Amino acid sequence: MELQQSSLSSRNLLVPLGSVILALLVGAVFVLIAGENPITAYRVLFVESFGSVRSIATTLQRATPLIFTGLGVAFAFRCGLFNIGAEGQLYVGAIAAAIVGVSFGDLPRVIHLPMAVAAGMAAGGIWAAVPGILKAKLGVHEVINTIMMNFVAYYLTDFLVTGPFHGGRWAPETDRVFPTAALERIFLPTRLNSGIILAVVAIVVVYVILWKTKTGYEIRAVGFNPGAAEYGGISVARNMVLAMVISGAVASLAGVEQVLGVHGRFIQRFSPDLGFMGIAVALLGKNHPVGVFFAAVLFGALRTGGAAMDRLTDVPRELIVIIQAMIIMFVAADELIRRLFPKKRKG
Amino acid sequence: MWWEYITYFINATVLAAALRMATPLIFASMGGIFSERSGVINIGLEGMMLTGAFMGMLVTFYTNNPWIGLMGALLSGGIVGMVHAVAAVRYKVDQVVSGTAINIFAVGFTVFMLRTIFDVAGTSPAVPRIRTVALPIVRHIPVVGEIIGYQNPMVYMALILVVVVHIFLFHTVWGLRLRSVGEHPKAADTVGINVFLTRYVAVITSGALAGLGGAYLSIAHLSRFGDEMTAGRGFIALAAMIFGKWTPFGALGAALLFGFADAVQMRLQEVGIPRHFVQMIPYILTMVALAGFIGRATPPKSIGKPYEKE
Repeated sequence: MELQQSSLSSRNLLVPLGSVILALLVGAVFVLIAGENPITAYRVLFVESFGSVRSIATTLQRATPLIFTGLGVAFAFRCGLFNIGAEGQLYVGAIAAAIVGVSFGDLPRVIHLPMAVAAGMAAGGIWAAVPGILKAKLGVHEVINTIMMNFVAYYLTDFLVTGPFHGGRWAPETDRVFPTAALERIFLPTRLNSGIILAVVAIVVVYVILWKTKTGYEIRAVGFNPGAAEYGGISVARNMVLAMVISGAVASLAGVEQVLGVHGRFIQRFSPDLGFMGIAVALLGKNHPVGVFFAAVLFGALRTGGAAMDRLTDVPRELIVIIQAMIIMFVAADELIRRLFPKKRKG
Repeated sequence: MWWEYITYFINATVLAAALRMATPLIFASMGGIFSERSGVINIGLEGMMLTGAFMGMLVTFYTNNPWIGLMGALLSGGIVGMVHAVAAVRYKVDQVVSGTAINIFAVGFTVFMLRTIFDVAGTSPAVPRIRTVALPIVRHIPVVGEIIGYQNPMVYMALILVVVVHIFLFHTVWGLRLRSVGEHPKAADTVGINVFLTRYVAVITSGALAGLGGAYLSIAHLSRFGDEMTAGRGFIALAAMIFGKWTPFGALGAALLFGFADAVQMRLQEVGIPRHFVQMIPYILTMVALAGFIGRATPPKSIGKPYEKE
């Protein structure tokens, strides 16, 4: 009943924690290759990501989009679907939010901001619906289709941002969104913005949908055993499409937050693999909304600390990309982890 | 008038370019076929190519010989393939997760090493590359000579590879064993085929071939490595494999088609068709093929499922 577990007991934490430790050990080897002392490098990493209120704010800002993509991927996982297309979904979400954001300058904030956010979610939801429908109706594996949709999203947004919605500046980006559509900064001088509040709301909403509603029950039932769910009168096809739509809508908020809260505009290929990192966040967080939050904060801290480490030591910031990849691999290799960290017997 | 239009888009120059664009896709898609025909999903082709591109450049840098560099790419791709095999076969890691981890790792690893070794960001120093050759007789044949008479040796290697993989898969006992492991591992096991060993060899081969595809970019087509220079070609190779229904000649046809789309996009842009839409073609065609609208593409039966010996 692994997929049904909703508690984060200590037994459940073994694999995530073990994975992080192992990944940091592999990272230490690369620190040595770069000619630096791992303890020095990791100290910088930690101090610069958690050492002051300001660095914590930066860490939270870096975690915000990962909460959205992590939640999105986790939601699909709960229905037994592997949404590897969060990257594409956040791009179409971002461009949709940007288009609404640079238009309708005369609208009041209470209408304009929700409209931009809703446009982004709708775009992401539709984007994810396509592989969802193809899976539900024709049985085509969603992994390949979500990958393909990522590339279609890259080129579509490339086209829009260099063509019809190219801003006044030379760079491939849109104009600035109107202030009425912006997610305001809440901790200057960092770029932490009210998107983090939206992220916390999303965590609660996803939790409630999954565990407190009939829809969530059905989605989890399909993820647990589609055959039994169908036999029990639950429509597998309908729930698969619905799960993909919600997954895509939530993941797309990462793009919305980047546009409305961080950059203030859509920039061509702005995402540093936020969608793919969402897979890591979901896996590390064991597909639980609360787990996703902590995993996203860890990854946000790595990115924040990694940038500082790049500046202050001889270790390139790409070390954290290596560490993140190792976390994904180890967390999925739970058999290996359980062998390396044998369980202590308790009464 | 019409003829002029057609020859503007389809001519020897464009087709020769299409062949060049298709070459890395051919190598990687042949790799994909090996892995997936044995029952192991390989979305890590992109990372294996990127690693091959980097290591090909690195070994060439130290030896000054791009052919030795090519060996380095082959070997390093094979090592990454082995990581995927150990994860997927030995530890039963979800194959899509393992592939994703490999793709992310390769991006981090190559940029990290580039900066650590050369202290540069973006692109490596220039290295010697495998040079284009002229085929003695073929070169003088009209049209055909213009297309294939004057190409990089790796282009010819790719075309020969397709034939070799075809013969291996469909006309040798090892090929039959490999396919049976991908379709019915239990039945294969019953008749004495080592499922685990077969999958290990297939996935390592897969990585090695993808590594060669990456090296084509860094030490044959160009003569340097650049950050993320594979730019999604591993995924286009995956698409070519699927569009070609997991067969070598099918994948070759798809790779050539995608290479052609790549080669012709600039000319289409000139007549007002945005190149971004042309660039979407491989991905959309693959989705259409999977959905069964143009002859259904069906993957090997046991793909993605780890084998458990009883």
